[in-house]
Amino acid sequence: MNAERPSPFHGYPGRLLVFEGLDGSGKSTQAALLGKWLSAQGYRVFFTEWNSSDLVSSVIRRGKKKGLLTPTTFSLLHATDFADRFERKILPPLRAGYLVVCDRYAHTAFVRDAARGCDPDWVRTIYSFAPRPDRAFYFRVPVSVTLRRKLASRLKINYYEAGMDLGLADSVEESYERFQSRLKREYDRIAEVDRFAVVDAIRPVEAVQAELRANLQPLLANFPTGADLMHDG
Amino acid sequence: MTARTYGTGLPGMPQGTLGGKLIVIEGADGSGRTTEVALLKDALEVEGHAVVDTGLRRSDLVSAEIDRAKQGHTLGATTMALLYAVDFADQLENKMIPALAAGSTVLADRYIYTLMARAIVRGASREYARELYGFALQPDLVVFLDARPEILLHRAIGKYGSLDFWESGMDLSLSRDLFESFFLYQARLSREFDWMREEYAFHRVDANRGPELVHEEVRRLVAPLYGMKPPPRPVGREPRPTGDRARRRAASS
Repeated sequence: MNAERPSPFHGYPGRLLVFEGLDGSGKSTQAALLGKWLSAQGYRVFFTEWNSSDLVSSVIRRGKKKGLLTPTTFSLLHATDFADRFERKILPPLRAGYLVVCDRYAHTAFVRDAARGCDPDWVRTIYSFAPRPDRAFYFRVPVSVTLRRKLASRLKINYYEAGMDLGLADSVEESYERFQSRLKREYDRIAEVDRFAVVDAIRPVEAVQAELRANLQPLLANFPTGADLMHDG
Repeated sequence: MTARTYGTGLPGMPQGTLGGKLIVIEGADGSGRTTEVALLKDALEVEGHAVVDTGLRRSDLVSAEIDRAKQGHTLGATTMALLYAVDFADQLENKMIPALAAGSTVLADRYIYTLMARAIVRGASREYARELYGFALQPDLVVFLDARPEILLHRAIGKYGSLDFWESGMDLSLSRDLFESFFLYQARLSREFDWMREEYAFHRVDANRGPELVHEEVRRLVAPLYGMKPPPRPVGREPRPTGDRARRRAASS
């Protein structure tokens, strides 16, 4: 009865769940909690993050030192990295029927590259190998909140995260605020096109998590757990 | 040249006119491309033009990564295609455009067309390849050195003593036999070059002939770019004598 029906978006038996939003919007915390919950129910879950591979981080370091990176090479470099992650980490579990939880997906590139001046349509074409997710949550928060969380965590603000390469401002904090505001505008703009489930993420962690779980119920209704699959046929 | 791209331009691309000229020599491995690039560079410099030569996999940014990936054979087709695009974009922005803006001639040993053909035979759609490289500048001239697969095969063996893994498309698993894979792979590439020939206005040059005849024809194509009259086309003339025959003839006269 729990046959693995292919997803209407990518045709694979698995499901692709995406978490998007600014740094400090709480999406990683929420994704991890959701993963726990899904696993506890017996679903087969695979979790992946948007972290740069060795290949890309070494190139970015070199490019930065020599001042070689441009918006286009920066964009293509991240696309290369994402393609590698997609081909090796996202696609196989999706084909194997897992719930694949992505802490950031192609949309992160859509907004970052647009904020750096790349043509949005071109960027989308580059990422056309990445299928539309079965559900994409967008964690919406004001930039001031993310900055406060960032400063409270005492993590150093990264050069590119602050958009320092764009020369928006001299101070890191100011540049961060301006760049993150651009990203937020872009996220807000694509929210409809990409059919984001918009989550008001300034609320307490528990409230947000409860909303996510409720939101996913219909999608999970006929999705087989690991146990169903073992006893099938 | 006019700074015109095929599709969506680069952010920060210079508008209007670039002082230099962009000449592309395309063709398969063994088509005599590299020889022709060297001959043409020399000839243009003799005429007083500043020439910057460029090719694939020469960017400071990622060429080392590409080499490593090729040795490990571990990257997927899309990833590899994008890594090559990074390399190309880096050279375009950091080398070719500045040289063109400074009035130099940029002589490219291969351009986006090879990269597109390789990506397409590995599964990318033509549309994807076209869009991916939409930011490339439209060259003033694209010369396509066209040689038969048998000729390419003999030149490859003559040059390396064997067939190259990648130039034979062995990663595509078309055949486990290197020799057979080479022909199947070259045929697929050639099919892609065929449709590009029209869309991207290739000037086809018969490269089944020796380098001298190829060079003469390329010179005829290049001359008008510099406002010069093309040298007369030799009609029904024998190839210029070279080597022993020439020396013997010189000695007897």
